[in-house]
Amino acid sequence: MLNHITKTYNDGDIVAIDDFSLNVEKGELFGLIGPDGAGKTSIFRILTTLLLPDKGMATVVGYDVVKEYNAIRGCVGYMPGRFSLYQDLSVEENLTFFATVFGTTIQENYYLIKEIYEQIEPFKNRRAGKLSGGMKQKLALCCALIHKPEVLFLDEPTTGVDAVSRKEFWEMLKRLKAQGITILVSTPYMDEATLCDRIALMQAGKILSLDTPDNIVKAYPVNLYAFKDENIYTLQQNILANELTESCFPFGENLHVTLKDETDSSLQDLLKSLKERGHEQIEHQKITPVIEDCFIRLMKE
Amino acid sequence: MREPVIKTEKLTKRFGDFVAVNEISFETYPGEIFGFLGANGAGKTTAMRMLCGLSIPTSGKATVAGFDVFTHRDDIKQNIGYMSQKFSLYEDLTVLENIEFYAGIYGLTDREIKDRTDELIQKLGLQKEAKHLVASLPLGWKQKLAFSVALIHRPKVVFLDEPTSGVDPVTRRQFWNMIYEASANGVGIFVTTHYMDESEYCHRISIMVDGNIEALDTPANLKKKFEADSMDEVFYQLARGAKRQAD
Repeated sequence: MLNHITKTYNDGDIVAIDDFSLNVEKGELFGLIGPDGAGKTSIFRILTTLLLPDKGMATVVGYDVVKEYNAIRGCVGYMPGRFSLYQDLSVEENLTFFATVFGTTIQENYYLIKEIYEQIEPFKNRRAGKLSGGMKQKLALCCALIHKPEVLFLDEPTTGVDAVSRKEFWEMLKRLKAQGITILVSTPYMDEATLCDRIALMQAGKILSLDTPDNIVKAYPVNLYAFKDENIYTLQQNILANELTESCFPFGENLHVTLKDETDSSLQDLLKSLKERGHEQIEHQKITPVIEDCFIRLMKE
Repeated sequence: MREPVIKTEKLTKRFGDFVAVNEISFETYPGEIFGFLGANGAGKTTAMRMLCGLSIPTSGKATVAGFDVFTHRDDIKQNIGYMSQKFSLYEDLTVLENIEFYAGIYGLTDREIKDRTDELIQKLGLQKEAKHLVASLPLGWKQKLAFSVALIHRPKVVFLDEPTSGVDPVTRRQFWNMIYEASANGVGIFVTTHYMDESEYCHRISIMVDGNIEALDTPANLKKKFEADSMDEVFYQLARGAKRQAD
C-alpha cells in the first residue's frame, strides 16, 4: 500500500514521515501504534488522498493516491481523530447526507451499521454537536461505513475513551472485519495492539517494528523480570543504582527489569544486594513481555 | 493526624434534574497520589471543576488546601496547581516567558520569579531552549515543563487531568517519576487517567460510576476486594454497569 513515503512540513523542517513503507493485506485489521507525533495522522491523510506525499508512492485498493484520488475517495471510509461531522445537522441528517454523497441510501447498507446505529437511534433528531463524546464517535463510524467501503481508516478512535468503551469499540471492529472490510486503525494505547492482526510500532515518522503482535513479543531479545516490594519507588532507585541492571521501569504494580548479564547468578546477585538494602520481602518472577515492553526497548535502540 | 489537602463531604452538583455528582465524600493528604478514575460521563470533570473553584457545588461541603469551595474560591485558585494535556502552556510564548507568566499570575515577587525560573531551567536542563517557543519543544518536554509550571507557586495540591494522554511509554514513565518526586516533597497529587497501569502508581484510587464514588481504596486492596488480577479488571467490573454516557 505504501512505498517509501516521505512527508515533510514547513519546507522540510519537520519530517512527519520518513521513508515509510507498509503493505496491508485485504481483510486485515492493521494497527499503527505510537505516541503523538509518530506520523500516524499524516499517513491516514496521504492514504485518504487529503495530503500529497513529498516522495514515494502509495496505492489504496490498487489505485494511486495522487493520480487516481477520485477512485479512492469512493471506496474508503475515514474517521478522523477530530470529530468532523456537521454539528448543526441532526444525527439522521448527517447519515443521510453521507449516504447521498456516496450515491447510496441508508437502507441499502443498513445491515453494516445496524448494531451501532441502534445505540444512537433514540437521539436521531438531536444535532450532532449536542451529542456526548461516545455517541459522536458512534455516529462518525456509521457515516464512515454507510457506503460500504472496502477499506476503513480509523484515526485514534479510542483516544480519551474510558477502558470499558474502548473494549466495546474493539469488539465492534472485530465484527466489521468479519464482514470483509479491511481496517487500518491507529492508537496510542499499547494494550490495544494485541487486538490487531498485524501492527506497526511507530516513533517519529519511522517504523520501529512491523509484524504480528505475537512475533514482536517473541523477538524480545532478553529475559524480562517483574520485581515487586512495599516501597516501589525506593526499590526502583536501588535497582537502577546497581551495576548489574540494564533497565528498570515501573509497569503497573511491578517494576520491569532487564540485566546486562543473562545468567542466573547475576539475577541472584542483584536479589541478594537488594535484600541487603532492606528489600527483604522482594518478589520476583520471569515474565513474558507485552507490546509496551517491546516498544520501550525498541525506542532505546 | 495530618490535615487533609482535599476534604469533601456529600459534595453534590446538579444541573436541573440531572445529578452530575452525587454526595461524594473523601479526603486526600499531603504527599498522597490520589487517582480519580471513572468512565466518560461519570462526573469526574464536574467534580474536578468544583474542587478547583471553577464551579459552585449544589450542596455538601468541601475544602481544598484549607479553603472552602463555596466561600473562598479565589483562594483555592491561588493555592492549587493545575495541568491538563489539552491546555497548559502558551505555544507562542517562549519557555522563559511561560514560566514568568505563570509565576506572575500566581503573584510571586520579582525576586521569587527570577530565582524559581533559574532553578527550573537548571533542573529541567532547558538552558539552550529557554528562549525558544514552546511550540518547538517535543511533547514530552512540554509536559515536564507544564507540570513544573503548575508547581511554581509551591501549591499544597496539584490537579492533573489526563496528564499523559498520547505520550510515548518512556516519557510517560519519566513523567510519573516527576509525580513521585513532588509527592515525596509533600505535594498532594490529584490525577485522572485512562491508562489503567498508571492507576497502579497511585497510593489510593477512587472510581466514579454515574456520579457516585463506587470504590475507594489502595490498588492492592481494590484488586483483593474484586478478586481481580489488574486494575483494568476492577475498573471493568465497576464501570460496566454504568448507565450514563456523556462527556
